[in-house]
Amino acid sequence: MCMRKTSLALLLGAGLGGMAFAESAQTPKLGKPVAEQDLKAWDIAILPDGSNLPPGSGTPAQGAKIFAEKCSACHGDAAKGGVAPFYPSLVGGQPLTNGIDTPKTIANYYAYATTVFDYTRRAMPYNQPRSLTDDEVYALTAYILSLNKLIGENDVMDAKTLPQVKMPNRDNYILPYPDRI
Amino acid sequence: MGKSDRRGRTPPLDFVAGNGVINRRALLGQGIALAGAAGVGGTVTGAAAEPLKDEAWSLEFGSVMQPREMPSRYEKDVVRSLSNPKGELRNSHARTPHHLLNGTITPNPLHFGINHAGVPDIDPAKHKLVIHGMVRQPLEFTLETLSRYPLVTRMAFVECAGNSAPMFSAEPMQVTAQAIHGLVSNAEWSGVPLSVLLDEAGIDPKAKWLVAEGADAHFLDRSIPVKKAYDDALVAIYQNGEHLMPANGYPMRLLVPGYQGNMNVKFLRRLKAVEQPAYTYFETKNYSQVLPGGKTWRFHFLMEVKSFITHPSFGHSLKEPGFYTISGVAYSGTGRIARVMVSADGGKSWGEAALQGPVHPQAFTRFTMPWRWDGQPAVLQSRAWDEAGNVQPLRAEFVAARGQASKPVASPLLFPNQHYNSITSWGIDSKGEIKHVYA
Repeated sequence: MCMRKTSLALLLGAGLGGMAFAESAQTPKLGKPVAEQDLKAWDIAILPDGSNLPPGSGTPAQGAKIFAEKCSACHGDAAKGGVAPFYPSLVGGQPLTNGIDTPKTIANYYAYATTVFDYTRRAMPYNQPRSLTDDEVYALTAYILSLNKLIGENDVMDAKTLPQVKMPNRDNYILPYPDRI
Repeated sequence: MGKSDRRGRTPPLDFVAGNGVINRRALLGQGIALAGAAGVGGTVTGAAAEPLKDEAWSLEFGSVMQPREMPSRYEKDVVRSLSNPKGELRNSHARTPHHLLNGTITPNPLHFGINHAGVPDIDPAKHKLVIHGMVRQPLEFTLETLSRYPLVTRMAFVECAGNSAPMFSAEPMQVTAQAIHGLVSNAEWSGVPLSVLLDEAGIDPKAKWLVAEGADAHFLDRSIPVKKAYDDALVAIYQNGEHLMPANGYPMRLLVPGYQGNMNVKFLRRLKAVEQPAYTYFETKNYSQVLPGGKTWRFHFLMEVKSFITHPSFGHSLKEPGFYTISGVAYSGTGRIARVMVSADGGKSWGEAALQGPVHPQAFTRFTMPWRWDGQPAVLQSRAWDEAGNVQPLRAEFVAARGQASKPVASPLLFPNQHYNSITSWGIDSKGEIKHVYA
């Protein structure tokens, strides 16, 4: 709940961490230099503008096949949901009126379609993370977005098209603490 | 007040609020007078019920000391409660038993944890942390290299944004403080200031965010403002003096004091400096809030001022009328706790609790309040203020601003919403039984 005044504590606390190091020249510098290209296998963070999306592509039809094989055991047929409440439906969603009685879904809540790609690629399937190819992740993302009617049935998802998907709830937000960003 | 005068007469107790709340200073060296005044102090003279004798444990050589000591077998029930004891393919919570603990430090085996993809078995000799993205020189650190830096040691609570979520239920759930508030804990953390590592990598001034990522099977990631990284963030490698517990991020985690637990990324392996937040799954869905009317709070971060009574609370009972100490914890993501008020009459009147110092910023502060229970129904509440003047909202205020579920929520393991920081009420009936109530 938003009841705040300017945080004197934060202002006083600022720089706490740096106090032992008046000048950065005196720090231990024990980090080993590493080349950005050697970090490629780890560098999977996708930004909402599509930055760092990999090459590849996929369609809803391709995604449907992969989903049935690798995802439906938990998420249910056609992503309608598995064991409640742990594997909720990935399709649909009521308008968000109070956020408590209405579950948050991809369609009614997510701000960017890149989030679907990013999370699927880094965390799914639960028991075999990072096992999907980038094409498979694009296809699964396309399938889920298509089930939610956020893209057409034949739309191809790739590094160019995915960030352009307009998510309905994108601009419906407030920053409670803008001064902390 | 409360001290006997020279003729042995006991003046009336210094009540500072209704239903038996006593001035917090009344107990300073005046316990006997207080007990006598309450009328239930027992006889000062007179025979004990039976003569004292030596117990068996005093009459034999004791057991062997253990390399790593475990609590007494009589403490076997002081454990975390588990949401997923069989390790099914979903997230797991372990909740701190606040109603069975005291002080401010959560023992490491009882520190709460949430892991979304199980606890990874990380070899510290192989674990790496890289800092890259918008930096002059990407760098790779290990536990060994970080251990050679001067470490900063500080207290900090870590609280899941979904802690206290049962309080969104339309009816008060009859569960312990552990079930309601067990997703917050407090520890002494030691680590390397993140600002030092970012300076060594030469972060670009245009970079406003760090995407922090763990080495768990979710590669869990959150966007952290660079501003917070320079304020007080640590790469923590010790927890209460020993290396981190596995479920708390071994061998290294991010510590962003006062911010959502999920942002204190565990098993930290990567920090990528970027210009815009990543809108990761966890900041998109779970850890943002819908408000009444449908707007969303994004990038909420701050765990706001809060307190709850741990003693007495649900799961305890009062054996007889007389003197008790009401006790609990208070904390604020903004800074230090300045004041805690306690009520025994459901918020009609309040007395100021004693704070046990030292009071650390963004850390548990234990409060105590002397209380004489007269055997009549009572409703115990606590309300905290922090040094910036933020106050824990009353429940009616909170529900008006944030809403609550239209029906009772089926289980305390569900998360109807996040960031509950209003008041918890424990109702005591004339038999001394304690219920969770809304008041």
